[in-house]
Amino acid sequence: MAYDFNWGVFFEELPGGDTEYWEILLEGVGWTLAVSALAWAIALAVGAVVGTIRTTDRPWLVRLGNAWVELFRNIPLIVQLFLWYFVVPELVPPLKRWAIAADPTTVQFAMAVVGLGLFTSARIAEQVRAGIQSLPRGQRMAAMALGLTTPQAYRHVLLPMAFRIVIPPLTSETMNLIKNSSVALTIGLAELTFRSREMGEYTFHFFEAFTAATLIYVAIAMTANRVMAFIERKVAVPGFIAGGAK
Amino acid sequence: MIDIRDVSKWYGTFQVLKDCTTAVRKGEVVVVCGPSGSGKSTLIKTVNALEPFQKGEIFVNGIPVGDPKTDLPKLRAKVGMVFQHFELFPHLTITENLALAQVKVLGRGRDEANERGLKLLDRVGLKAHAAKYPGQLSGGQQQRVAIARALSMDPIAMLFDEPTSALDPEMINEVLDVMVELAREGMTMMVVTHEMGFARKVAHRVIFMDNGEIVEDAAKEDFFGKPRSERAVQFLSKILQH
Repeated sequence: MAYDFNWGVFFEELPGGDTEYWEILLEGVGWTLAVSALAWAIALAVGAVVGTIRTTDRPWLVRLGNAWVELFRNIPLIVQLFLWYFVVPELVPPLKRWAIAADPTTVQFAMAVVGLGLFTSARIAEQVRAGIQSLPRGQRMAAMALGLTTPQAYRHVLLPMAFRIVIPPLTSETMNLIKNSSVALTIGLAELTFRSREMGEYTFHFFEAFTAATLIYVAIAMTANRVMAFIERKVAVPGFIAGGAK
Repeated sequence: MIDIRDVSKWYGTFQVLKDCTTAVRKGEVVVVCGPSGSGKSTLIKTVNALEPFQKGEIFVNGIPVGDPKTDLPKLRAKVGMVFQHFELFPHLTITENLALAQVKVLGRGRDEANERGLKLLDRVGLKAHAAKYPGQLSGGQQQRVAIARALSMDPIAMLFDEPTSALDPEMINEVLDVMVELAREGMTMMVVTHEMGFARKVAHRVIFMDNGEIVEDAAKEDFFGKPRSERAVQFLSKILQH
């Protein structure tokens, strides 16, 4: 293979001077982390609520939850981001006024966070639902028999166990979300993949640029994985086998 | 105390309870027995509205269970229930299991709830295990904790749904001993069980169910002495053979 590796390219300056390539990659990492963290918070909060209402005995709540999941799960992520960025502001005039007035990066960032967060919320909702439904029916009955209201039964009995059970699939979802954040480049957000491509196009050193991107994604994802594993150990219930404790 | 009148329940077109009528007076111990699928667990769960029913009425201490206006959590808090599979909350310690509903439902302070819990744990002989989690106890111990948890709410009556059916034989007696003691103290109890020894020892009345119907509802002496129905005779001969 006739390819001229040059690992020093990261320390070369961009056309126009002042900035070196490693700096724009690092900026990209910042956006990747910011989008991922905020989208994850949205996904977890919304997913927990939607997953929970799908296990209640109120038919209209269940239908609402099911509709939510099907809506956000059945449309490709990239299409959803386009819809949020290009279509939704057209339909919501105040949003459009804001989008025109605000800094474009802010708009791209906000739409990426919302799009990625809601897309992932559907997947988390599905896991939370499965977690709650995997608990013995008697747990809910025992909580009710003690006089707890339905919200109290969820809050103190069902959800604490359900979340412990779904930590492993939530870990995969977290790692997926971090990797999916790269789709934000399609609406112009200068995150890690965007910056790597930019660097490749300026320098023709795509190999180096994407090797760096790959290693950085792996490092972020593995860190997330380790953090989740730590949480899993931390909240493990002594003597409870199904949750993976000793 | 517990008044069940003409209660019927259907799952779709399948009728699981057929015009069941019976009553449990204050301080009375009533054993409900019958073959599996006879509706006895369903019947006992209708008493605190864990199972809805379509026809008839149930009154607990004069409060109509089937009335949509009834505050069910408040009613359930007064009726203790013990389940076949214990249903302790696995992520909470034994102390926390006993305190949860006292704090959240009765509004007791954490200290008061813990103190009451420890007293009841002592009573069922498990004070030493207060800091453990349910998964670290044997089945018999878990069921005794479950009884203590129900008692911590100061219930006016206790419902037992096959409390010993999921236990290894050597653990059955430690649970029955607690129940016998409770019965002798005058607790109002409705007990679904196959433990005829328990029924003989403390029950006042025995209800025999088959196919969703109350076939026999008799004083203990009459039920064991001269059961009226053929089905009860067959059932007794089968379970008392060994």
